[in-house]
Amino acid sequence: MAVMTYIDASRQAVAEEMRRDPMVWAVGEDLGRGGVFGQYKGLVDEFGPDRISDAPISESCIMGAAVGAAMTGTRPIVEMRFSDFALCAVDELVNQAAKARYMFGGQTRVPLVVREPIGMWRSSAAQHSQSLEAWYAHIPGLVVAVPSTPADNRALLKAAIRCDDPVVFMEHKNLWALGGDVPDGDDVAEFGKARAVREGKDLTIVSWSAAVHTATEAATTLAGEGIEAEVLDLRTLWPWDKDAVLASVERTGRLLVVQEAVSVAGFGAEVAATVAENLHPALKAPVKRLGAPRIPISYAPVLEDQVRITADAIAAAARGLVKT
Amino acid sequence: MPAGQSSSASNLDRERYVARFREMCRIREFETAAIAASNEKLVLGAIHPSIGQEAVAAGVCGNLRRDDIILSTHRGHGHTMAKGADALAMMRELFGRAGGTSQGKGGSMHIADFSVGMLGANGVVAANINIAAGAAHAIKLKGEDKVVVCFFGDGAINRGPFLEGLNWAGVFKLPILFVCEDNGFAATTRTKAMTSGDGPAARADSIGIKSETVDGNDIAAVDEIASELIDEARRGTPRFLVARTYRLTGHTSSDPAPYRPADEVKERWLNDPIENCRQMLLTAGVDESELSAIAEAAAKEMKDAYETAKASDWPEKDLAYVDVQDIGDPRGGAF
Repeated sequence: MAVMTYIDASRQAVAEEMRRDPMVWAVGEDLGRGGVFGQYKGLVDEFGPDRISDAPISESCIMGAAVGAAMTGTRPIVEMRFSDFALCAVDELVNQAAKARYMFGGQTRVPLVVREPIGMWRSSAAQHSQSLEAWYAHIPGLVVAVPSTPADNRALLKAAIRCDDPVVFMEHKNLWALGGDVPDGDDVAEFGKARAVREGKDLTIVSWSAAVHTATEAATTLAGEGIEAEVLDLRTLWPWDKDAVLASVERTGRLLVVQEAVSVAGFGAEVAATVAENLHPALKAPVKRLGAPRIPISYAPVLEDQVRITADAIAAAARGLVKT
Repeated sequence: MPAGQSSSASNLDRERYVARFREMCRIREFETAAIAASNEKLVLGAIHPSIGQEAVAAGVCGNLRRDDIILSTHRGHGHTMAKGADALAMMRELFGRAGGTSQGKGGSMHIADFSVGMLGANGVVAANINIAAGAAHAIKLKGEDKVVVCFFGDGAINRGPFLEGLNWAGVFKLPILFVCEDNGFAATTRTKAMTSGDGPAARADSIGIKSETVDGNDIAAVDEIASELIDEARRGTPRFLVARTYRLTGHTSSDPAPYRPADEVKERWLNDPIENCRQMLLTAGVDESELSAIAEAAAKEMKDAYETAKASDWPEKDLAYVDVQDIGDPRGGAF
């Protein structure tokens, strides 16, 4: 076990997978200089500029070229800088990468990973802060990973690079500096397995990405008041661990979904609907979602805070459910 | 000899151009049968015939090796067949039947045969340009001796991937030939009316991808320039070919194309690339009976493909859930 940051864990995953498989390469803007957040720092020295490849500011071609290169035997890691910029490459991801295997009748695979950092970070405003994971969970053919810890960032990224289908890999920008224990060795995650962050009997809080930490903070506060919340980190949204969520809510009888994204039509709606469909008689309270209001994200902190889910808000919602 | 002029009849490589003639006849007959099947509601979705453009497909693909790669457009039957795909499997795909190239999942607009290096027609105009650049990028990374040809129409030059993909090919010095089939129409609108500047060649040159322009209805001219540009591309210099041609039918098989005068179409039929090729071969001394036999054999092959496709089974319905992705239950039940 080693202690490392979320960003270092991702860099280690990329380096290890590139050493393991010579067909793995990374492509994106400024990668030779380490990438916009430093995720690729130093890698060009070991792997050279062909495998840690700079690219023009051409998101559409970065993604499209990766599709072509993935269909012909290589395994590209696509860097989009911000998930917001990846919207310039939605045709390439949704119409091409996600469809090619199916619409060509299984003649090909598209083993690419697209890294799209999400989330609010340092007053970055409306075009550098979004959490759009639900869009991609909606698309057949895509895997969607949303790691919340250094260990998961390494293990899920390694799994994503080895996956034969396209993976949308959404790291949270506010977690880059987060430290944590990371297992030694070749730790490769299994997609679709939630992690129980803490156990509890009174309610189940389902979350993913950075919101997991806010939910855990709220759960600690609640524990001081005698309310035991179980916190589940989904880790991947497709596939998602429906079994773990249903088993937990069956025990607790209460569900609170916590997400940084806009609540309307967010992935939390899928979780809430699934629980309501399957466990209605076992529920002691109506299912509850917490997410952002349907407004763009602002620059000024006081305005930006209007969309931020806080531990206080989570704790208040949990208290409301338990009182019901 | 400048590009755009074919060899004189006297020194013509007869065997080569008889083979090209055969390929063009096969493409024409395939599409004629497909249009008939579409009118009979046997081919279900839209099909986009390339009737009148066969010399581009035959002339370019005739210069490729089996393991070279092409990417095509919604108007892709000709390219696919010229690259070596099986006509019956293609016809079954258009009919949506078992045994189709993509098991009936793609139809005409997504026709593909990876076994012959045909990496797919594309339903999104210009989307194949970036993908083609990536396939060429992989060839370079792996150090393979292959080339990519990317076909698209004149309408594609107004989409972003045209700029991004050509720039990418130039920056990374990729083994790729871009072939712009300029048939004058972007769907049902004249391309010139919607295009600023001097068109595809000028745009390619401005990005640093050197272009040539050729009469796309002259098989020998297409064949010669394609051979030269493919060699150059294979050595790592991306090139661009504009083939001027004309779409003799509508945008789709159900489009009567009333947006163009009847006289214009009538005149263009006088420049049919297959008839041009036939005349060239006759002038070079090839027997008329040999050429008639080739044309008849092509017609029979495609009539047989039509009949066999019509009698073929539908795909098993459970196939709808296969090849979505390796993990996660597509029915939404798992996890």
